[in-house]
Amino acid sequence: MYAQMVQSEATAEDPEKLAAFQARIDAGEKIEPKDWMPEGYRKTLIRQIGQHAHSEIVGQLPEGNWITRAPTLERKAILLAKVQDEAGHGLYLYCAAETLGVSRDELTEMLLDGRMKYSSIFNYPTLTWADMGAVGWLVDGAAIMNQVPLQRTSYGPYSRAMIRICKEESFHQRQGYSIMMKMAQGTPVQKKMAQDALNRFWYPSLMMFGPSDKDSVHSAQSMKWKIKMNTNDDLRQKFVDQTVPQAEFLGLTVPDETLRWNEDKGGYDFAEPDWSEFFDVIQGNGPCNTERLAARNKAWDDGAWVREGLMAHAAKKRAAKLAAE
Amino acid sequence: MTDQTALFEYLLRLGDNTLVLGHRVSEWCGHAPVLEEDIALANTALDLIGQTQMWLGLAGEVEGSGRSADDLAMHRDVWDFRNLLLVEQPNGDFGQTLMRQCLFDAFHLELLTDLTRASDDRIAAIAAKALKEVTYHLDRSSETVIGLGDGTEESHRRMQAALDLLWPYVGEMFTPDAVDDAMLAAGIAPDLKALRARFDTRIDAILTEATLTKPDSTYAQSGGKTGFRHSEHLGHMLTQMQWLQRAYPGAAW
Amino acid sequence: MSQEWPLWEVFIRGQHGLNHRHVGSLHAPDAEMAIKNARDVYTRRNEGVSIWVVEAQHITASSPSDKGPLYEPSESKVYRHPTFFDIPDEAGHM
Repeated sequence: MYAQMVQSEATAEDPEKLAAFQARIDAGEKIEPKDWMPEGYRKTLIRQIGQHAHSEIVGQLPEGNWITRAPTLERKAILLAKVQDEAGHGLYLYCAAETLGVSRDELTEMLLDGRMKYSSIFNYPTLTWADMGAVGWLVDGAAIMNQVPLQRTSYGPYSRAMIRICKEESFHQRQGYSIMMKMAQGTPVQKKMAQDALNRFWYPSLMMFGPSDKDSVHSAQSMKWKIKMNTNDDLRQKFVDQTVPQAEFLGLTVPDETLRWNEDKGGYDFAEPDWSEFFDVIQGNGPCNTERLAARNKAWDDGAWVREGLMAHAAKKRAAKLAAE
Repeated sequence: MTDQTALFEYLLRLGDNTLVLGHRVSEWCGHAPVLEEDIALANTALDLIGQTQMWLGLAGEVEGSGRSADDLAMHRDVWDFRNLLLVEQPNGDFGQTLMRQCLFDAFHLELLTDLTRASDDRIAAIAAKALKEVTYHLDRSSETVIGLGDGTEESHRRMQAALDLLWPYVGEMFTPDAVDDAMLAAGIAPDLKALRARFDTRIDAILTEATLTKPDSTYAQSGGKTGFRHSEHLGHMLTQMQWLQRAYPGAAW
Repeated sequence: MSQEWPLWEVFIRGQHGLNHRHVGSLHAPDAEMAIKNARDVYTRRNEGVSIWVVEAQHITASSPSDKGPLYEPSESKVYRHPTFFDIPDEAGHM
């Protein structure tokens, strides 16, 4: 997902406080910034929300890649509005993380020097216009699967950010599917383009949920704390079950020969993605890792004088106002 | 020139300005100095794209050959474009982008203000909608130009360099030609000389607060709005913008 | 690292005349820019007609440990709620 492989922190604190904390979570109460919380809860959340925020920001790049090449004025406006929303979502999430005692600049520095990760999916290139369809349909579709339950997460600011994000995201997946429909019903070349995009994005989308975590201690802790709401496998299954009929409606073929409806489990059997590729991408060896980080670093470095300039002006204005009083 | 031809040309100027500038500003998406600016720039670009749809839509209607706003945007070559040279200039650094924006916004605001009183209701209506958007654009771009001009030594130096670079493109906005004259006579377009005076008042105030020095030179580059001689930059922009429509003719997107 | 833009809390009053409501936060160098940033970040979908911003460090918040003494005493003042009173239907709408 946008926050893949987040390891939850072990917590060594007063068992009585821990029990009271857990009781609040079990009772469905929200934890707020000034409340007592275990150090592990705080650190895990910073890592998870931070990674989620980074994913939104880096996630602007693959789609931003096509804004200047959108085929019509309307498509350009829609895509721009969508990528702008990602920036907004990153902003809301950074703010949520900031309530835990870390600054946005600190989080940014950790992204830029590689100490913090972002979702593996954004290290794949967008090569044709159909990729804008595939990303909206599959990538946003997968993200929504994870984000809808996170609206109920135990940490108040995170939950509120997710509520706002989910409200705004509802058009993202639809705009992607609308592009796919247009392509699938278009000329033979457009249809081929759509199939090619599905071929390239299918397995990376499945990887977004992360490797199976049903036996993971970390996941169990995070689920107990309600900062992770479902297992990776559950979400992946749900995603496949939802997406396969949508692909069929488009007349496109999911690139998995083993894909079969399984009556007993009431869901599809499907092939696992190549997890060695996933770990390669996470390690920095994906097709676009270098470009993505370079682009973020450049924006940050090139923008330093702007951030400093406006700050200096604000300080001068304050001083002048004080002097006038 | 018939009135109809002049009107078509004039609408292309309005629409091509917003099309080309909107495109330029959209190039920033994902690359701005700070998230808040990234989001704000996208809002400006979205407004400009929306205005383009209206101006070029009306241009197509006036032309009467069945061309849509998209046809006009995606299927004309460099010499058919009627935008000001200023808006096709590359983004440069953030300061250059905001200086270009501020110079254009100050002109655009005054122009749209007058166009809300145009004798053609369709033009007046589009101008009224766009005017609200552009009022905010200028508010924001001028405040940023002031902040950066007055900020640090480095930001001041960069803003002065941006102003020096872009100033030669200001004159074209106010140099009337046959199209402007025909539109003035038809009660649609304003008198550009009067517009210049209002522009100068605005820009002088902004530059003073920004501690920037207006260049002495009154030299004006020209050739954008007449389409006689664009800069080399426009062609490269069009190869990107029009690529899909050109590579897959007849496809619907 | 240079000095970070301060954090601002944003409050927006929507179309229907309700109170300003906290919608989120953002960074800005000063109050004027904070208002503009709030307009660009938090009213993209026509959400508001009025914006307040306040620098986050100037907000004083109640302490969670005071929850009992601060809020529980009002729980017993049930007579403050209209449902406390039985009014016969014959009296009409009240």
